Amino acid sequence: MLLQRFLIRLLTMLVTLFGVAIVVFIVIRVAPGDPIAMMLPPGASNDDIARLRALYGLDKSIVQQFFIWLGGVLHGDFGTSISLRQDVLGLVFNRLPATLELATVALLMAIAIGATAAILGARSRGTAIEAGIDIASGATLSIPDFLWGLVLILLFGVLVPVFDISGRVSPQLDLPFATQFYLVESILRLRFDLTWDLLKHMLMPAVALALPLAAIIAQLLKQSLKEVLDLDYVVLARVKGFSETQVILREALKNAALPTLTLVGVQFTFLIGGTVIVERLFSYEGLGNMAIDAVINRDLPLIQGIVLVFALLFVLINLAVDMMYALLNPRLRHG
Amino acid sequence: MDEARIARCGLSPRLWLAGGWLLLALLAAIFAPLIAPQDPLAQDLMLERLPPFWLDGAEPGYWLGTDSLGRDLLSRLIFGGRIAFIVAFAAATSACLLGSTLGLIAGYFGGWPDRIISRIVDVWMAFPPVLFAILLVAVLGTGLSSVILAIAIIDWTRFCRVIRAEAMGQSRMDYVENARIAGYGRVGIMLREVLPNVVPSIVALLSLEMGIAVIVEAILSFVNLSISTDDPTWGSIIAEGRLSIHQAWWVLVFPLITLILTVLSFSQFGEALKTRFDPVLR
Repeated sequence: MLLQRFLIRLLTMLVTLFGVAIVVFIVIRVAPGDPIAMMLPPGASNDDIARLRALYGLDKSIVQQFFIWLGGVLHGDFGTSISLRQDVLGLVFNRLPATLELATVALLMAIAIGATAAILGARSRGTAIEAGIDIASGATLSIPDFLWGLVLILLFGVLVPVFDISGRVSPQLDLPFATQFYLVESILRLRFDLTWDLLKHMLMPAVALALPLAAIIAQLLKQSLKEVLDLDYVVLARVKGFSETQVILREALKNAALPTLTLVGVQFTFLIGGTVIVERLFSYEGLGNMAIDAVINRDLPLIQGIVLVFALLFVLINLAVDMMYALLNPRLRHG
Repeated sequence: MDEARIARCGLSPRLWLAGGWLLLALLAAIFAPLIAPQDPLAQDLMLERLPPFWLDGAEPGYWLGTDSLGRDLLSRLIFGGRIAFIVAFAAATSACLLGSTLGLIAGYFGGWPDRIISRIVDVWMAFPPVLFAILLVAVLGTGLSSVILAIAIIDWTRFCRVIRAEAMGQSRMDYVENARIAGYGRVGIMLREVLPNVVPSIVALLSLEMGIAVIVEAILSFVNLSISTDDPTWGSIIAEGRLSIHQAWWVLVFPLITLILTVLSFSQFGEALKTRFDPVLR
């Protein structure tokens, strides 16, 4: 049952990725301007242009071009970046860890802030505290990460300049890292001075990304908690003498978390989508920032590669959430 | 009780404030040439980075100060509102028409139309929306119509997903079955019976989408990919403000406040409409 569900999901995922590949390919081929002309120095002869077109397969039909490109992608060959003159896959993997670290820190923050607000609201349901949390989460939710980023830049970059507002790490620091997972590696190598510097840079973009999601978690989890808190077994726990906070943490949370978990999965993909502009805002050297440069430079192979990697990330997260849901939900587990 | 609740929904102070702000901003945008105190494009290096009126060094007539080229901030915000509202209305309406139509078809007919449309929605959801928007505008070329088209191409799925689910629910109701037995055609039932019942959701989503469109336009302006760089837009003022943040904070603060108020107002409207029309929430 579970395996069957997994296989169906996997198949759907492949169809989706194939669709993404087609859409990206079409959108980029519609682009005016000859990518070849941009690769050559001015004054290149027509022969040179024709030779390069043939080299990149641009003299073939569009369908042939698509399958040649797709074949390359399946072998891990995403082409060569036009503006940076490097292997696309290498560039993408070089930047991806920065974005993954940012998104993960933001997700953890969103869960921490959202769950705290939800528990606080459920504990003091019917009071002014709950009403305050409702209004705050409603407003927080309506303001997107881009605007939160700007607000944070003003507050903590200019008004009270406590955090760094650009970059991933202070440029004067010596980085002894072997991978691009700076944050993880700084912790593993016990270089907490570097961890602190990285976090200081990461904090504001992460908060900007986390706030809208935190608001959603607060609303949904509070709702689920309130429903669960009226159930018999919770009432029983209360009769046994547990305090309201204990009741929520020990008994209610586990059962109320499932709907929130599903939603967090979907919303996490939105959060990752938000890194594109938030990284730009904070000059954070991640995948999204590189994507915007790629678009501005009309670096078609690089754009294709980045969009595909994002899409892969999104469908993998959805798959993981779906499987987690199936594993945790007793009705589906035994169904 | 019910009536009191509806009245409260319709007349809540929050909704009044939201409506008041949108009306004010819209009127300012429409009558921009009449009310803007200065020419929004006029540069004067003698007047660069003037602070807003309550600070020392402010010049009369430049209420919110000037940017690093000496252009009047208030006038630029008022003219920027024109682009914001045009994009909000045109892009949201286009996304709404496309998404609602497909959602209605998928939800009501089910079967293979639903399977195809749902697959396309899946594919669309696998794109990071901001990157998709930037890519589309880069491909379509900068300009007002490209921005509107890009937002519509990306955000139709928001309408499609909700309307599909609603239409699916409606099509299982007895009244649809009765209409079918009474001999109405499928398309006729869809348009005359199902559509009116999903209109409330469409209207609520439309209001939310207008706020989203304003933000997307600002983001595109921010990365310098919206309309021509001469015309002031809220996003381009923000981009300018981000650069001169340490010398002239007001160039970032005022457009930011303008954007936040506008987005909050649109979403308040959307939420209020949703609550008002949703029988369960009401």
